[in-house]
Amino acid sequence: MAMNRKLSGTKKALRKSMPRQPLLRPDSDRNKARARNMNLSTFKWSAWLGWQMESNWADPFLFAIYSVVKPIAGSLILVVMYSIIAAIGDRTDPQLFYYMFTSSTFFMYVGQVLFGVAQLVHEDREHYQTMKYIYISPSNYFSYMMGRTVSKLVITTFAVVITMAFGVFMLGVPLDLLGVNWILFLAVMVIGILCIMAFGLALAGVSFLTAKHQGGMNEGIAGVFYLFCGVVFPVSILPAWGMSFARILPITYWLELIRRTLKLGVGMDSTLSAYSTNYCIAILCISTVVFSIVAVAIFKAGDTIARRKGLIDMTTAY
Amino acid sequence: MIFEDFKKPSWLRMNLRAVWGRAYPRIIGVNREPSWVFFETVLPLLGVAAYVFIYKALEAPPQYIGYVIIGGAMTAYWMNVLWSMAAQMYWEKEMGNLELYLIAPISRMSVLGGMALGGMFSSSVRALSTIVVGMFVFGISLSLPDPLMFTGIFIFTMIALYGMGMMFASLYMLWGREAWHMSSLFTEPIYLVSGFYFPVKGFVTMLGNPGFWLAAGASIIPITLGLDGMRQCLYPGNLDGFLPLWIELVILVLLSFLFLYLAKYSLAYMENLGKREGRLTMRWQ
Repeated sequence: MAMNRKLSGTKKALRKSMPRQPLLRPDSDRNKARARNMNLSTFKWSAWLGWQMESNWADPFLFAIYSVVKPIAGSLILVVMYSIIAAIGDRTDPQLFYYMFTSSTFFMYVGQVLFGVAQLVHEDREHYQTMKYIYISPSNYFSYMMGRTVSKLVITTFAVVITMAFGVFMLGVPLDLLGVNWILFLAVMVIGILCIMAFGLALAGVSFLTAKHQGGMNEGIAGVFYLFCGVVFPVSILPAWGMSFARILPITYWLELIRRTLKLGVGMDSTLSAYSTNYCIAILCISTVVFSIVAVAIFKAGDTIARRKGLIDMTTAY
Repeated sequence: MIFEDFKKPSWLRMNLRAVWGRAYPRIIGVNREPSWVFFETVLPLLGVAAYVFIYKALEAPPQYIGYVIIGGAMTAYWMNVLWSMAAQMYWEKEMGNLELYLIAPISRMSVLGGMALGGMFSSSVRALSTIVVGMFVFGISLSLPDPLMFTGIFIFTMIALYGMGMMFASLYMLWGREAWHMSSLFTEPIYLVSGFYFPVKGFVTMLGNPGFWLAAGASIIPITLGLDGMRQCLYPGNLDGFLPLWIELVILVLLSFLFLYLAKYSLAYMENLGKREGRLTMRWQ
């Protein structure tokens, strides 16, 4: 009894010693600024970490090959498919080829950034087992993920530029750099990438709760976009329900806008050619805002549930 | 039981146990996470479907849709070899399992064999589901007039492919942190040269003589001839085959022996090098 009383007293003392409120009061301006600086610092250093992991961990020669060969090979699959059918059918459709080439090249952003963001959870949790350390540090995991995404973006941009250059110089893709509306192109790129990052965040939120299925999941979600967003064939080829689904996906409009601004493969898609450029931009902006809000909510929900269920240090890499 | 009474199991029995022991967590693990059926079988089908629609957009002959479905099914095995065989040993080292494998009185090949067996289970489910979806959703029709040849081609493709995976497992350990890059690098470029989404003879159609040599060079990757052979078996009478079937089978048998031998050699080399340099238990290198 005496022992119990003593323990109870110790518990009370411990409870008293623990602050009831966070040490950093969120309502204080000074603390808000401190938190902002912390998030910025996390973002900056995680971007640097991501770059180091992508580039510095590999032999420079291997990294150069990896950055060049992989994206070009991805596009060449389509080139070979097109060329074989053109050769056996003895007919060509250059506009369809430009359509396929341009869309699939820019689709790399979807594959790499979306895949990259969601893959981070698996990497940090299971392979490097560092997620728990990031969580107990003053860093914010959300800022950390955003930072890591930046390095993926840089590498993907490099791959896209190389692939487009390969298309222009080796495959005769008629890209007229002087005829491109660069302001519109850059605006479309920024909005589109934000949208892709939002999808990645949502997937990361789901990844908190799943076992080692990120590979299949990312491949599958990228497959949804690949199939329904008019990446390698016009949306009008899809059945009616597929076309309706394609019309609600922002990536469909993003790729159409990219093709229009670069003036490559325009007019191939009878479903999308009916929409004006302004309409496509409006749809892209609205859907990006909506998907971003939903994605942050999914991420936060995944994060909260994972912490509640003790999944932050789960390992399933059997 | 006192130690003297303990009857040491035979070498074969111990290694068979090791194979099953390593395969067990993969087979049981996937059953404990039923969500994998959706993530690993249903979702990846969408990517394959996109390639089907490309051929539809190009108005390709119908057998090309079947070729894509077969190629899409076989990606399951290639991805498994890359990520769950080749890169896995590196991750096993990072997680601290490698040292346990090395001190166990078993062949290292048994551990890798078990890994392959366990991995083949989920890959086969994915591959089969791709074929079934291809048949029911895209209406491909497959015929199998020579099941023995098909079985031979498939089995030796698997042996050669997983033998290659075992060899890569040692190399990946030497490459260390570059493992991720290597696996990524072996994805699209191999899809291209091995003709996952088109018959490899297409290189000859496109490029002529250089195309033949490109396809011949790509045949060192077992899945190139395996895919070509399976397509020839399932679509008999078409002229899209790269080499006669029996030659492809003989090459696959030779590749099986070659890669298994190289796997054993490279594992021993990696282990000795690791012991000499004290790197077998070192992490994050």
